[in-house]
Amino acid sequence: MPKQLMRGSHVLGEAAVRAGCRYYFGYPITPQNEVPEYMSGRLIQVGGTFVQAESELASINMVIGAAMAGARVMTTSSSPGISLMQEGLSYLAGLELPAVIANVVRGGPGLGNIAPAQSDYFQATRGGGHGDYRTIVLAPASCQELCDLTIKAFDLADKYRNPVMIMGDGMMGQMMEPVEFPEPIDPADLPVKDWTLTGAKGRPSRVILSLLLAPKVLEDHNFKLVRKYDAVVRNETDWEEYMLEDARQVVVAYGTAARIAKGAIKRVREMGLKVGLLRPKTLWPFPEKPLKELSRVVRQLLVFEMSAGQMVEDVKMAVEGQAQVHLYGRPGGVIPTPDEVAHQISHYYYQAGLMDRDQQGERLGGAA
Amino acid sequence: MKKIFEAPKSLKENLFHYCPGCGHSIIHRLVAEVIDELGIQERTIGVPPAGCAVLAYNYFDVDTGEAPHGRALAVATGLKRVLKDHVVFTYQGDGDIAAIGTAESIHAANRGEKVTAIFVNNGTYGMTGGQMAPTTLPGMGSTTTPGGRDVVRDGQPLDLTQMLGQAKGSVFLERVSVATPKHIRRAKKAIKKAFQVQLDGLGFALVEVLSPCPTNWKMDPVAAYEWTDKEMTKIFPLGVIKDITGYDKD
Ligand SMILES: Cc1ncc(C[n+]2csc(CCOP(=O)(O)OP(=O)(O)O)c2C)c(N)n1
Ligand code: SF4
Repeated sequence: MPKQLMRGSHVLGEAAVRAGCRYYFGYPITPQNEVPEYMSGRLIQVGGTFVQAESELASINMVIGAAMAGARVMTTSSSPGISLMQEGLSYLAGLELPAVIANVVRGGPGLGNIAPAQSDYFQATRGGGHGDYRTIVLAPASCQELCDLTIKAFDLADKYRNPVMIMGDGMMGQMMEPVEFPEPIDPADLPVKDWTLTGAKGRPSRVILSLLLAPKVLEDHNFKLVRKYDAVVRNETDWEEYMLEDARQVVVAYGTAARIAKGAIKRVREMGLKVGLLRPKTLWPFPEKPLKELSRVVRQLLVFEMSAGQMVEDVKMAVEGQAQVHLYGRPGGVIPTPDEVAHQISHYYYQAGLMDRDQQGERLGGAA
Repeated sequence: MKKIFEAPKSLKENLFHYCPGCGHSIIHRLVAEVIDELGIQERTIGVPPAGCAVLAYNYFDVDTGEAPHGRALAVATGLKRVLKDHVVFTYQGDGDIAAIGTAESIHAANRGEKVTAIFVNNGTYGMTGGQMAPTTLPGMGSTTTPGGRDVVRDGQPLDLTQMLGQAKGSVFLERVSVATPKHIRRAKKAIKKAFQVQLDGLGFALVEVLSPCPTNWKMDPVAAYEWTDKEMTKIFPLGVIKDITGYDKD
């Protein structure tokens, strides 16, 4: 299939439709309005249903209903809207319902601003809503990956009967890149779900519930969820490695920050610094294992994120004190440039004395 | 021998957990009888609430899916949009539908969602122990209005069904009661009609049922039924609130 030049938010919508999503419920919030706008038109073409809900609360609960009925269903929003959806996310997890939720993250807290940010990392990866549960969180870094991961999100949601979140930001929503879309899936060809509410015709009636009053019954349910999450960690953890072979310092960054970091790494590589990147593609499950292994050979990690420092906690937990972990965090509001990140990289690099002898000489003014 | 009375097929053989004299038990039975009579058990999906009827799925023998407190009509919207040929009903208390879920209720009605809502108005939050509801009557005691509802401090009772009448997508709205056998028969008719509206794809239908909560009203069941009949109807008069179905009036 030929590549198409497309805006990120439209890529998200188109990929969802191709994944067999025929139901979209949402409420406008910048910077993701292009998604509902795209879906409203596109779903008509394929005989799907678009409802502009009265709030994010209503949106996520409509998603719950459509998921109960067995449909592939999506909602999208941005930070304050995702906050309102947290109760619904907890229910989706408790009810074991598959759904895809995209967060086009903006700067917070509160109304904040509409600049790209990554400050909803805790909310996304810690569960966000109440109770012991996990949301699978995918973090694309290009329009092509946004397409691929959106399709994967629907598959993962169905496979694990769990909500899957796509973490993007306004930058990804607005940027235009060539994308190759896969052939569309016909929802009728998707595997039949054997647990949905479709009326008790020819079978006993079914119940989808999360109210489990008997203590042991709830604990059993929660342990079942734990086993499911363990399987997700084993099977679905995903990340990209970039220039890690000879790296002495590793930058850890995801999404838009990872793209900026790549630019920065190219610059410092030209100066001879041996720096690589580990880019989590799944934020939960977090790529703990590769980071732990890296920390055996690399002494220094620099976490770059567009937040005051959230993912850095996961990195620290992963390396368990085996390597230094520094943070370059820029809370929502401003997009750092590759030069700024390159400056941070070289600062920590030199400070830790990671440079070669001749570089050391250069730093000392060529006196060696 | 001819059988003249039996349990509805759409009810499971479980003992109700509701308090003695609670209106929920009667209303459950009415809804189940209507589902039987319309022959829709195999294509009906219920959405139980948070509230005393949270365990409704233990009783209704139809597919049921739990909604968060107040969100039943949003969940029902999602279900019905996917299952256009099925029958979707919500079962909600006054706290559920008229407090936390006000927005979902008004907008589902306004969109004309082709679902049926059963709104059980007992003037209190039964499940959480008898706090003030939006429907608590002026002067009526509750655990959060110890001196009785003071309309200056707490506001007047909210007449949600009247409000829903303003919504262009609502087609049939009636307020009934289960206080006397005569009222119970009337309630069943209204519930049946509200399901018929959905079967005919006309739009949003809701039946508000005035229902006693002897436990939280701290009355014996007989007094609670009398109070439902005499006091509640002063603020929430019975009758059809909106009917643009075009059906013959009965
Ligand atoms: C988000 C949320 N807030 C509060 C509650 C607690 N809660 C459960 S039921 C209920 C009120 C139920 O009252 P009503 O809808 O009138 O039904 P009843 O119990 O009287 O039948 C409340 C406040 C909850 N479950 N979820
Ligand atoms: S508390 Fe009231 S509404 Fe709840 S079951 Fe008892 S009588 Fe019924």
